[in-house]
Amino acid sequence: MACNSGNCQSNCHQNEQVAENDSIPTPTTGSNDGGHQQQQGVCLKCKVSPPISSGSGGGGTGDEARFCADCFRANLFGKFRLAVTSHAMITPSDNVLVAFSGGVASRVALQFVHEMQQRAQKNYEASKDRSLPVFGVGVAFVDESSVCSISKDGVEEAIQEMKSTVSKLAPPVKQFHVVSSASLYSSGSSDEKDRLKKLIGAVDDVTGKDDLLMHLRMWALQKVASENGYTKLVLGLCTSRIACHVIAATVKGQGYSLSADIQYVDARWEVPVVLPLRDCTTQELSILCRIDGLKPSQLVNDLPSGINGLISSFVRLLQEENPSRESTIVRTAGKLTPFHFNRVPEINDSNVPLATIRRQKRYNLKPQESISSESFCPICNSPVIDSNSPSWGSPKTCQFTEFASSCCSSCQFQILPQDQLSMKEFCSLLPERLVARSKPKYNGNLDMLREQIQDCLLSDSDGET
Amino acid sequence: MEEGNKIPKSASSRLCCRCNERKPALKRPKTLEQICRKCFYEVFEEEIHQVIVGNQLFKAGERVAIGASGGKDSTVLAYVMSELNRRHNYGLDLFLLSVDEGITGYRDDSLETVKRNEVQYGLPLKIVSYKELYGWTMDEIVKVIGLKNNCTFCGVFRRQALDRGAAYLKVDKLVTGHNADDIAETVLLNILRGDVARLSRCTSITTGEDGPIPRCKPFKYTYEKEIVMYAYFKKLDYFSTECIYSPNAYRGFAREFIKDLERIRPRAIVDIIKSGENFRISTSTKMPEQGTCERCGYISSQKWCKACVLLEGLNRGLPKLGIGRSRGLENGNGNRKDMEQNGDVRSIESKQCGSLDF
Repeated sequence: MACNSGNCQSNCHQNEQVAENDSIPTPTTGSNDGGHQQQQGVCLKCKVSPPISSGSGGGGTGDEARFCADCFRANLFGKFRLAVTSHAMITPSDNVLVAFSGGVASRVALQFVHEMQQRAQKNYEASKDRSLPVFGVGVAFVDESSVCSISKDGVEEAIQEMKSTVSKLAPPVKQFHVVSSASLYSSGSSDEKDRLKKLIGAVDDVTGKDDLLMHLRMWALQKVASENGYTKLVLGLCTSRIACHVIAATVKGQGYSLSADIQYVDARWEVPVVLPLRDCTTQELSILCRIDGLKPSQLVNDLPSGINGLISSFVRLLQEENPSRESTIVRTAGKLTPFHFNRVPEINDSNVPLATIRRQKRYNLKPQESISSESFCPICNSPVIDSNSPSWGSPKTCQFTEFASSCCSSCQFQILPQDQLSMKEFCSLLPERLVARSKPKYNGNLDMLREQIQDCLLSDSDGET
Repeated sequence: MEEGNKIPKSASSRLCCRCNERKPALKRPKTLEQICRKCFYEVFEEEIHQVIVGNQLFKAGERVAIGASGGKDSTVLAYVMSELNRRHNYGLDLFLLSVDEGITGYRDDSLETVKRNEVQYGLPLKIVSYKELYGWTMDEIVKVIGLKNNCTFCGVFRRQALDRGAAYLKVDKLVTGHNADDIAETVLLNILRGDVARLSRCTSITTGEDGPIPRCKPFKYTYEKEIVMYAYFKKLDYFSTECIYSPNAYRGFAREFIKDLERIRPRAIVDIIKSGENFRISTSTKMPEQGTCERCGYISSQKWCKACVLLEGLNRGLPKLGIGRSRGLENGNGNRKDMEQNGDVRSIESKQCGSLDF
C-alpha cells in the first residue's frame, strides 16, 4: 500500500517502515523501536531491561522490540486478570474447567489460571480466618482421533505429554479429563465411535463437517463439565480466532447470532463459557510461550479446509497488511448488541466478597430489551431469528421436518441433508441429546389449549404459516 | 472445488432444469442450475421485478434517474429497467444520469458508451462533471494527493454530483447498479474498518430517504457474474474496464476474498448480505444530527459538508484535510504544524460526516 507520509492515518504500523533498515543492531543504537522519542535498546515500560528481540540479530517487530520479557508477561497477564475480575469470571466458590487443545492459546490460558489459583492459595494460607476458599481447576482435552486423520499413537503421546504438563502445575492438583465427542451418545451404546464417523460422513459440505465437529466438541466439553461438577468453562479463544469467527459468521449468514459468541461471558450453556484471553492476539500468546518455555502440544490439527481455511488465510493476509486489523475486527463486532445471556448470572453466594459482586453489577451489560425467550438451534446453540422458529402447528408435520426447521439456516444448509429420506437417517445418527433439544416443550400444553378452543378453530393448521 | 453440490441428480440430464425443453446454455452462478438462455433471461428479469415490487421501490408516475457509468451494471440496469417498466407498466419516467470525474483513459471512453446507450434505449441523458462542479478533475486530484486516499475524494464528490444532477433533472429517485457482490464487499469492509454506523445502513435497499434524493439498488440480490452473463448473451453495449486507480483500493482485498468464496459456496454472497441485515446494531445511538453545509447548502451533519472540507483542502494545498479522524490529536509531533495552521477547520472534521455513503 502506498503510504505517502508519516501523517498517513491508515494505522500502518510505524515499525514496518523502520524494519526496512534492518541490519544487525549494535547494542548502543539499539533495535527497531518505531518510536522517535524512546531511548533505543531498553524496554518502553520499565526503561531498564533490554527488549525481547535485542541480541537476537534484529528483525524483531512490534512488541518484541518494545518490551522486555517481564513487562510483556505482566502486560499479558494484566489483560487476562482484568477480563477475569471485571466480568466476575472466576469467583472463590467456582470450579473451573479449562478446555485444553494443546495449542498456544489454551496453554497460556491454563498457565494463567494456574497462576491465579496459586496466588489465591497463598492468600488463603496466609489469611488468619481462611474466609475465602480457593477455586478449583480442572483440565479437559477433547479427543477427536476417531474422526481426524491423526494417528492413534500420535494422540496417545500427546495426551501423555499433556498429563505430565498438568501434573507439573500443582499444587493445587488439577484433574485431567480426556473426553471424546463420541461420548455424547448415550452410555451403553458400544458403537459410539462408528456412529460418530457415520454422522460426520453424512455431511457433504466440507465446511459443514468442520463446523459440526466444532459444535460436538463444545457439547462434549459441556458434558464433562456438568458431570464433574464444574461451574465455569474457560476457553482460550483469543482475538485472532475471534476475528476469524466474525468473518465466518458473516459469511455463513449467522449475523444475528454473532454477538452471542464473541462476548467475554456466554451463559446460554449449562456451564457458562468465559473467554479471559479475548483481548490477546495469537502472536502475543506465541511470544509468551516462547519466552516462558511453555511447550504447546505437538498435536497438529489438519489445517481447516473449505471456507474456514479461506477465512484464516484472508485474516492472515489482512493482518500482514495492518497488524492491528484483528483487533479492529473484534472491536467492531464488539459493538453489536449482546444478548441477555452474555453476562454471568448474578452471584448470590455469601462466600463471594462484596467487592466482586459490586464489580459484577457494574460491568454486567444492561439488557437492551426485556429477556425474550430466544429459541436456539439444537446443533450449534445459536439464537435463531424469529422466521426460523418451529411451527407448533398441526401434529401431522413430520418430526424430522420440525427438527430441521428448528435449526438455524446455516446448519440447515451446510450440515443437514437436503432431502427428506436422508434427513431421517441423519437424525438417527445425531446424539439423542441434540435431537431432544428441538422438541418444543409446550406441546403438551398446546394440545390442552387446543381442546378448549377447538370449536372456534376454522382451519387445520393453527401454527404460524 | 465446489463442495456438496446441492443440485438434484436429475440435472445431469441434458435439458434446461426450468423448461425441460431446450438445451442448457449456461450454469447459473447463483444456484449452479443448468439453464437455457431464454429461461435465464426470464428468471433474471423476474427476480429483479420481484425485488422492485416486494420492496415497493417505485410509485407510478415517478421520475427516476438511472446512475449510468457506461459499465456493465448500469448498462444492464438501464436495459432491464426500461424493459420492466414497459412490460409491467411501472409508469416511470426514466432518465440517464452520468458523472464525469475527469479520469483520462477511463471515464472519457465510458462516457461514449453512455451516449450510445442514450440512443439505444431512448432515455434522455444528463452528464455532470467534477470540473464544472468543483473545478478539479480526478486526475488533477490524484496528482496532488497521491494514490492512497483518492477514492475518498471521488466517492464524496460523486455523491454530491449525482444529487446535483438529479436535482437538475427534477427526478424523485435515483437508482444505481450496485449489485450483490458490491454490497457484500461493503459489509465486509465496514467490519474490517470498524464502521458500525455504516454497517447498519449499507444493506438497506433504499437509502437517503431523509435526504435530498432517495436512492435504491434494484440489483441488491443480483450476482455480478449473472449481470455479466446477461450483458454477454444479450450482446449489450458496455465499457468493461475498471477505474485505473482501483488496484490500490482497500476494497480489492474484500473483492478477492469474495471471488474465492463464490467459487466454494455461491450462496455465501447472499448470506453475507443477510448477515448484514440481521446484525444487532442499536439504532438509538447512531444517527447524526442533520443540518446543512454553511458553504454550499448541501445536507451535512457538520458545519461544512465533507465535499466542501475536501475541496478546501485541495484549494489550500492541504491534501490531508478531511482525511482520517481526529487528526493531530493522536499523532503528537508530526501534526502540530498542521493544527496551528488550520485551527478552526480542524475542529470540523473531528467527527466523520454521517451522511456519507460510498
